[in-house]
Amino acid sequence: MLDLYSPGSSLLHRMTPAPKMLAMLIGATLLFLNQSLPLTIAATLGILALYPIAQLTLKQAFAQIRPLLIIFALFFAVQWYFSGIELATYVVLRLAALILLASLVTLTTKSSDMIDTMTRGLRYLRPLGVNPEQVSLAISLALRFIPVLAQITREVREAQKTRGLERSVIAVAMPLTIRAIKMADEISDAIDSRGYRS
Amino acid sequence: MTTKDTVYIALFAALTAALGLMPPLHFAGAALPPISAQSMGVMLAGAALGAKRGGLALLLFIALVAIGLPLLSGGRGGFGVLLGTSGGFLLSWPICAAVIGYLAERDHEGGALKLGVYIALGGIVLMYAVGIPWMAFIGKLGMAKSLSIMVAFIPGDLIKVVVAAILAENLRKAYPNL
Repeated sequence: MLDLYSPGSSLLHRMTPAPKMLAMLIGATLLFLNQSLPLTIAATLGILALYPIAQLTLKQAFAQIRPLLIIFALFFAVQWYFSGIELATYVVLRLAALILLASLVTLTTKSSDMIDTMTRGLRYLRPLGVNPEQVSLAISLALRFIPVLAQITREVREAQKTRGLERSVIAVAMPLTIRAIKMADEISDAIDSRGYRS
Repeated sequence: MTTKDTVYIALFAALTAALGLMPPLHFAGAALPPISAQSMGVMLAGAALGAKRGGLALLLFIALVAIGLPLLSGGRGGFGVLLGTSGGFLLSWPICAAVIGYLAERDHEGGALKLGVYIALGGIVLMYAVGIPWMAFIGKLGMAKSLSIMVAFIPGDLIKVVVAAILAENLRKAYPNL
């Protein structure tokens, strides 16, 4: 399955998802409440120190930040210009620490485990009308539909290419959506005809 | 909810993910999250499925992103993205889809133009109304500066509104009982 998981056997890998998520949420909240730069620096270093403990490399840590470097640079520049270098450092460092902390959970937890935890947790929402089985069905269907939709897009593009229309958004998207909905209808009929009760 | 509803919800969550696979358009230089087709998933889900199913489709999508699947454009994912500068936009998606759906359902025979207005209300006005304060707060930027950053995105979003309105209107004609 497509996943950001990085295999390993560290303590963080062995922990179940729920306490990890909880710890991450508490940590993120604390990062937000704290307004001091030295504490933010300490927190960032502390989070970075958890990476080797979780059998992750600092290169992986940097890879989490890399897509955001340009945004960070922009924020840093704006803050520096308007509010001085100290606030600029604080804001950008706090963002980096948040991302690194959350990525720590993402990198050490398989999404399948996370989905299991989530659907198990949904039991408690049953009184509110949430049906956990229906949610897991929706999750597995959605994950299966993504590659199927990519495949249908390729086919429609090919077909429209012969008409010289492969660059027209509507000419590709319209048949794609119609075919996707037709497929969804067939699948739901198939599920119903096999006696699935959600 | 019937099985069909569940399958449609999954389909539009997947459609939003698939839209993220399309190469994003860089036109604000490289300054900000590039314009991706992904938020069109919000517009389409709302306009085609209505408030409840459209909102749930995007809730499902955001849940899948939160648990660490790289479904956002550019292969991003995980809880960190939701806490980041553009997190407010992402978290607003289920609400935006629900609002678009609500408006579209109320005026089922309204035609493409009105549908476009509803999509713009939910997919631009509301999305910015959640996303910009979030950006201002997380980045300690202040509203005025955040607002001016987002102006660059309006042209791209208007294009998405037009495309989504045409698609959703045709879809309504092809499947009146969707």
